[in-house]
Amino acid sequence: MAIKDRMSGNEAVAYAIRQVNPDVMPAFPITPSTEIPQMVSTYIANGEMDTEFIPVESEHSSMSATIGAEAAGARSLTATSSAGLALMWEELLLASSNRLPLVLTLVNRTLSGPININCDHSDGMGARDTGWIQIYAENNQEAYDNFIQAYPIAEDKRVHLPVMICQDGFITSHAVENIELLEDEKVKEFVGEYEPEEFLLNPGNPIAVGPYSISNYAMEAKKNQEIAMENSKEVIIEVAEKYRELSGRGFSLFEEYRTEDADYIMLIMGSAAGTAKQAVDDLREQGKKVGVLKLRVFRPFPAKEIAEALKNCKAVAIMDRCESYNGNGGPLGGEVTSALFRFKVMIEAVNYIYGLAGRDFTVSDVCGIFEELEDMIVNGTEIEQFQYIRLR
Amino acid sequence: MRTDITKINETTPHDQLTEGLMVFAGGTSKLFNTGEWRTNTPVIHEEKCKHCFLCTPVCPDGCIPVEGGKRLPIDMDHCKGCGICAAVCPFDAIEMKEGNI
Amino acid sequence: MKNGIEIRWHGRGGQGAKTAALLLADVAFKTGQNVQGFPEYGPERMGAPITAFNRISTDKIRVHSNIYHPDYVVVVDETLLESVDVTAGLKEEGAIIVNTPKAKEEILPHLKGYQGRVFTVDARKISMNTLGKNFPNSPMLAATVAVSKVMPRESFIKEMRASYEHKFAKKPEVIDGNMKALELAFDVVEKDAQG
Repeated sequence: MAIKDRMSGNEAVAYAIRQVNPDVMPAFPITPSTEIPQMVSTYIANGEMDTEFIPVESEHSSMSATIGAEAAGARSLTATSSAGLALMWEELLLASSNRLPLVLTLVNRTLSGPININCDHSDGMGARDTGWIQIYAENNQEAYDNFIQAYPIAEDKRVHLPVMICQDGFITSHAVENIELLEDEKVKEFVGEYEPEEFLLNPGNPIAVGPYSISNYAMEAKKNQEIAMENSKEVIIEVAEKYRELSGRGFSLFEEYRTEDADYIMLIMGSAAGTAKQAVDDLREQGKKVGVLKLRVFRPFPAKEIAEALKNCKAVAIMDRCESYNGNGGPLGGEVTSALFRFKVMIEAVNYIYGLAGRDFTVSDVCGIFEELEDMIVNGTEIEQFQYIRLR
Repeated sequence: MRTDITKINETTPHDQLTEGLMVFAGGTSKLFNTGEWRTNTPVIHEEKCKHCFLCTPVCPDGCIPVEGGKRLPIDMDHCKGCGICAAVCPFDAIEMKEGNI
Repeated sequence: MKNGIEIRWHGRGGQGAKTAALLLADVAFKTGQNVQGFPEYGPERMGAPITAFNRISTDKIRVHSNIYHPDYVVVVDETLLESVDVTAGLKEEGAIIVNTPKAKEEILPHLKGYQGRVFTVDARKISMNTLGKNFPNSPMLAATVAVSKVMPRESFIKEMRASYEHKFAKKPEVIDGNMKALELAFDVVEKDAQG
């Protein structure tokens, strides 16, 4: 029996952390993720969980301590946003190259500057090449569901990589919405106990973590890390299926919403996907063949699967909540078009930048984009291939 | 699975290396004959040595063993000839000689 | 979301408009509805104008944008009428509820020709009389429920009592005052709607 409740995204993730009850959580507060360590430490103080909470002096330290705890053999996690993730930069790469299955709950907030506390994906996208698995949530429910799946993915022997569970700052983290929760026992059973084969605090079985690697070895190590990332795709799918059996919810790599016969598809990530789905429903009532591809897993990047899902539509709007400053589009724009090219899916693909630093994105914005795609295909109108939405 | 370091070298293919290049074994440095890197060699003048053991803890490679209250001969399989032992010896009992002797 | 209502709250940082929006989401959830309650975040400064939002529906709510065409607008601080376009996009078949001791006629000139229903509630007075302090958000919450009819009065009162009993477990003496504030605000709106 699902437990019906209402919670903000931060509350939902903190609740899931309590249910999983990991061993160690070092954390340093930063808006809008501050509530997560705050709520977890309250759970600990109230005796509802026994995670070792370590207050540290910076995010550089929180990720370092998380890495150290994980290497020692403890199931570990931390939480952050924006500049906090940027300060973790060096450690993010150490976590993945040392193949440590730790978890970071990221509440997406723009990176400075101009200084701003609101949502976009520039923090997560900045870390896109650090070797972490990245899973994005549409709402509080998915943030909760994704967190519960994080350790089973990370700790699988085929993977052994860190996982970043992302939700949109304020829009998801601070909005109270309905949610269905699982019972504590079900979550504990699903996630299981952490039983690493090798770990530092294991008397009689010494190991060396992160030894210096000369050039004759380092490239091979990086290839192995890349293979683990490729392998993680099947593990993410397996874990998602198992979770669906348990909860009746969830998607594997992405959700395809009304795309079967769609001529125009919007590819989008995070909370705005819900807004896009509402617009699709409205437009379908007017007879428009439109759909949404909501990307859940950004790393590993499901290039082949995306190309396959888009091959029958006439045009795709690739939505980036992040600027790449390369003069050619956002990160999703670049990666999706390269996937289309590699798998020879030659459809129209327009890259839109939206929602930077908390700029709102509405149902009518989505309708306008679909209208523009249709105008391009039906009337042959030339449109900007890379453009901003709601720019003054 | 524990790592057999003797089976890994600079020609090992990537799929036979350990995850994250971690070494699941202890004391593996013993297997490397770093003594061959030596370009200067410590020579002990036994008559001057007072067995004060100041040299032992400063050796970066742990090459100067002590047993039963006596300093034993330097482990030449691992001594890289850095000369720190000679520098700290208060009795000039260790002399650095040129070459790998 | 086809069925349901959208509410926009205008207040000043520290007055509890955000808390009221979250409380409304809370009670509406308890009556079995789908809810959203969220503030528009900016630098958090006491006294600065803030906006908060509610969507309440029997359908699943998926839209994650602010609300531009609300069914109801609640103004927790009447001084905002001067500086904020509170009726922007407000549906004519909806209503605006303003916290003020003034009569409706005195408020109308500030509403930029809004043709829909206008309710005034002296939330400060109600709060001072029942709680001895100015906490305008409880009366404004009750007035909002009364105007929007988002749930029946009895269910609202029942859920709010449960909520206060939980929230003020260590200060039970303030529960009755809060409940009285809710009832009084409800009375004001219902009387107004009748006559």
